[in-house]
Amino acid sequence: MMDFTEEQLERYSRHILLEEVGVEGQEKLLSAKVLIVGAGGLGAPVSLYLAAAGVGTIGIVDNDVVDLSNLQRQVVHFHKDINVAKVESAKEKMLAINPDLVVKTYKKYLCADNIREIIKDYDFVVEGTDNFPAKFLINDACVMEGIPFSHGGILRFDGQAMTVVPGESSCYRCTFRNPPPPDAVPTCSQAGVLGAIAGMLGTIQATEALKYIIGVGDLLTDTLLSFDAKKMHFRKVKLQRQDDCPICGKNPTITELVDAEQAVCSI
Amino acid sequence: MAQSRKSDAVRNCRGVGCPMNLVYTKVELAKLESGQVLEVILDDGPPINNVPGSLEREKHIILGKEQLADGAWSILVKKA
Ligand SMILES: [Zn+2]
Repeated sequence: MMDFTEEQLERYSRHILLEEVGVEGQEKLLSAKVLIVGAGGLGAPVSLYLAAAGVGTIGIVDNDVVDLSNLQRQVVHFHKDINVAKVESAKEKMLAINPDLVVKTYKKYLCADNIREIIKDYDFVVEGTDNFPAKFLINDACVMEGIPFSHGGILRFDGQAMTVVPGESSCYRCTFRNPPPPDAVPTCSQAGVLGAIAGMLGTIQATEALKYIIGVGDLLTDTLLSFDAKKMHFRKVKLQRQDDCPICGKNPTITELVDAEQAVCSI
Repeated sequence: MAQSRKSDAVRNCRGVGCPMNLVYTKVELAKLESGQVLEVILDDGPPINNVPGSLEREKHIILGKEQLADGAWSILVKKA
């Protein structure tokens, strides 16, 4: 058994008290490595809760700097952080909550050339990106590396999440097959988003990451959870793995990662 | 050892309130094998009223309870 310090026992006491977490579950959290892709609306609550939970190693990827328009929903960034790299701003807050952690920052865009190298050392990936090419790239790379991940997306008043355990459950491509044409869907915050739903969905993703690490409960595998916050209506749609999925099906046609055309958000 | 029955480990939680007494107890139990016995010393009042029930909810077995001369309680817990 790991030797907990007095401070750790007190910090994590509300986890240890839970029968389903206990000492063993907290040990798993402390030795876990989770990568958060995107330090935006979803990555903000995810990074705060994973740091608070004591996930021992947290990686965070984002190429952007904090912009004034981010602060309406990206609660890990403060007014003083405008123009600071988002990954550095998020790292500062995570370590301020919990100095026990190792936080690794990647100030870059994930692309076909670097993604497998970055994700391969992590136990779980939380995808909180704002564009479809990235979502498909992360799905494909995680399937290839066999790394479970949580997909999350928000727009206006709506959110959706699913969890993928490669080899066991359906992947993002089983359901969504290909990225929509760049001009078909508003992918960026251009369309507007109610700030608090980033917290609603991000905390669902953080919960999935913690559940996976601890090994408790039922994940959102083969399930698309979506909500409409205007009516506070939640629903779950059952999904199925597809034999003809181009990445996780019987005869995968995607055998190498390629960068899809980036959906550019014109300002 | 307060009770005649043998225990494999002892944790003194005198002066430790709820819920940290339960946290310490769970930490000690985590070090033991299933079937081994832990003696825990708990204060009178909320600690002795709450901790044994919480342990039972996690399927551990309370083998015995006895009040000590100073008013604290000794309980014997068999790990699930
Ligand atoms: Zn698939």
